[in-house]
Amino acid sequence: MFSKTSLATSLGRLVAALVLALVLTTLIVLIAGAPPLQTLAILVVGGLGSAAKLAQAAAVWIPLVLCSSALLLTFAAGLWNIGIEGQIILGAVFATGFLRPFPDGGSFLLVMGALMAGMIGGALWALAAGLLRTWGRVHEIFGGLGLNFVALGLTLWLIFGPWKRPGIASMSGTEPLHPTLWLEALGGSSLSPVSLLLALTVFLLVAFVLSSTQWGLRLKAVGQNQDAALLFGLNPQVRILEAMVGCGALAGLAGALQVVGVYHRLLPAISSNYGYTALLVAMLASFRSQIVPVLCFFFAVLNVGSIQLPLQLKLDSSLAGVIQGVLVLSFFLVQGFEERFRVLRRTE
Amino acid sequence: MDFLALTLAGILSAGAPIVLATLGETLTERAGVINLSLDGTILLAAMTGFVLALLSGNPWLGLLASTAVGATSAAAVALLGLALARSQLAVGFILTLLCRDLAYFLGHNYARQLGPELPVWSIPGIRDLPFVGPALGYQSPVVYLSLLLTFFLWWWLFSTRAGLELRAVGEQPWAAFTRGIRVQRLRITYTLLGGALVGMAGGAFSLAVKPGWGRPQGAEGAGWIALAIVIFGGWHPLRAALGAYLFAALQVLGIHLQELFPMLPASLFQVAPFPVMILTLLLVNVGTANWFRDLTLRYPGLKKWLNRWQVTAPAALGRDFRPEKEA
Repeated sequence: MFSKTSLATSLGRLVAALVLALVLTTLIVLIAGAPPLQTLAILVVGGLGSAAKLAQAAAVWIPLVLCSSALLLTFAAGLWNIGIEGQIILGAVFATGFLRPFPDGGSFLLVMGALMAGMIGGALWALAAGLLRTWGRVHEIFGGLGLNFVALGLTLWLIFGPWKRPGIASMSGTEPLHPTLWLEALGGSSLSPVSLLLALTVFLLVAFVLSSTQWGLRLKAVGQNQDAALLFGLNPQVRILEAMVGCGALAGLAGALQVVGVYHRLLPAISSNYGYTALLVAMLASFRSQIVPVLCFFFAVLNVGSIQLPLQLKLDSSLAGVIQGVLVLSFFLVQGFEERFRVLRRTE
Repeated sequence: MDFLALTLAGILSAGAPIVLATLGETLTERAGVINLSLDGTILLAAMTGFVLALLSGNPWLGLLASTAVGATSAAAVALLGLALARSQLAVGFILTLLCRDLAYFLGHNYARQLGPELPVWSIPGIRDLPFVGPALGYQSPVVYLSLLLTFFLWWWLFSTRAGLELRAVGEQPWAAFTRGIRVQRLRITYTLLGGALVGMAGGAFSLAVKPGWGRPQGAEGAGWIALAIVIFGGWHPLRAALGAYLFAALQVLGIHLQELFPMLPASLFQVAPFPVMILTLLLVNVGTANWFRDLTLRYPGLKKWLNRWQVTAPAALGRDFRPEKEA
C-alpha cells in the first residue's frame, strides 16, 4: 500500500511536509481572521510551556502511542481498522463494568483486572469487525465505522440508563470510581507512571513482533498480497482476525487506562477521538514504527495546546486536528511528487 | 395536510441531501475512484454555504459556494489519489477528518446564528394532484433537484455514449484506454463532478433541511451513511436514491420514536441508523462468502431470495491506472 524507504528519506519528507503544513496552516488561520504567530505560540506554549502542561501532553501521548502501535498491526496486515475508536470505547466500558461492583474500593489487583477486562472488550469489538470482513464480506472501514457509532450508542445508553448516577443522569458520565481504584498520578496531573510504562512496553513489543517474529512476517505477507499468502498456506483469513484482535486488545487497554488513570468514570466522549488521531499518526509514519513515539508526542502537544485557543483567542480547539490533517496530506503530497519525478527520470 | 402526506413530505425533504451525496459518490465510484471524504466534505460545504449566505444575504450564492467546496475537496482526492497515485482510501480518510475540523474551526464565530434559507417552491399542477400534491408540491428547490438528478443520471449512465465511457473507465480501464478513451482525464472529471454534488448536499443541509450552523450541525454521520447507500444501491442511481429515501424514512420514524422516549438523549437516536447500515451491507455482500455459497447449495430458496440483493462493485474501483508505468 505504501512504499518502504530509508529512515533518512522518511525524515527528509517529514521536514518538507512540516514546512508545507506550516504555510497552509498560516493561510487557514489568516482566513479565520486570527493572528498566525500568536496562534502558533499559544499552541506551543500551551502544550510545552510548563511542567504541568508537559505532564498533560504526556498523558495524551499514552493513548496515542497505544493506539498507533495497535494500528501498526492491522496496517501490516493491510487492514483499515477505522473501528479502533469503538474498540477504545468498549475497553472503557468493560473496565467500568468490571469495577462497578466495588463502590467501596479495593486492591490494585482489581485495577489490573479492569485493564484485562478492557483488553477483552476492545478485542471482542475488533473481532466483530474482523468477522464482518472475513465472513460477511463487509469492508472493515464500514463495519468498523458502524461499530464505532454502536459503541457510542451503547455508552450513552449505559450512562443514561442502567449505569446512571443516582438522581442525575447527564453527559458528565457515571458515578466516579472509589479513589483506591484510581491509577496513581504524578502530583496534581493526570499522568500515571504505570500507564506510561505500559504504553512504552506495548510500543516496544509491537515493534519487536513486527520486525523479528515469524507471526509479524506472516502478517506483512498477508498485507502485501492476500492471494499469494493464501497460496503459501498462510491462511490470510485467520491472520486478519489475529491482527484485528491484537489491535483491539491494545485499543481496549488505552480505553481502560482512560477510565482508571484519567477520568475515573465512564464518559460519552471517553475516546477523545484518539483512535482517529492515531490513524493519522500511523499513516504519517508510513507504518515505520521508529518514529511513532515522536509523532505521537508532537500530536499530543498540539492537542493539549489547542485547549488554550478558545480561552485566549476565541478560536475553536479543532485547529489541532486541522494541523494534523494538513500535515499528513502535505506528507503525501511531498512523497507523491518525489516518486512522480523519479518515474519521469527513469523513463527519460 | 394529513399525517401521511406530512410524513411523505418529511421523507422527501430529509432524503434530499442524502440523495445528492449518494448520486455524487455513485458517479465518482462508477469512474473507478473512491472519494471517502464525504462525511467531512459535507460539513465543510454546509458551513461555507451557510456563512456565505449569511454574509451576502443570498442563499443561492451559499449553495453555489457549497458546491465549489465539494469540488475542491474532490480536487484534493484527484491530485493526491489519481495524479500522484497515493492510496485513495488514505487520502479520503484524512480529508474526512481535516474537512470536519476545518468546518468547526472556520465556522466557530457563525454558530447558532439565524441565516437565510432557500425558498420553498410551490409548483402549480403538482401541488393540486390528489394525495401526493401537498407532499410534492411545496418543497425546497434541492428536493426537486435531487429528484430530477436521480432520473437524469440514470439516463446519462445507461443511455448515452458518455455514460458508457464513464462505466468503461471504472470497469475495464485498459480496454477503454486501447479504444482511445482518456482514462485519467475522465476519472478526474467525474471525481470533481461527483464532489460538486456532495458539496451541494452540504448546502442542502445548512440552507434547507437542517438550516443553520453549529457544533454539531446535525449532518454529522450523513456522509458515511451516503457511502454505505452507494454500495446498497449497487452503484445504480435509482436504487441508490431508493436507499436514500428508505434511510430518510427511518430518520422520520426515529423522530416519532424519540417523542415516545423523552428521557433518552437525542444523540442516542442519531446512532440508530448505523446498526441498520451494518446489517444492510451484510445483506448485499454476504452472497460472495464461500461458506454462504455452500449454504445456498443446500437451500436453493435462500439463494434465489438473496441474489436479488447482491451487488458488485465497479471492477477497477480504487485501483491505480497509469499506462506510462508499463511503457
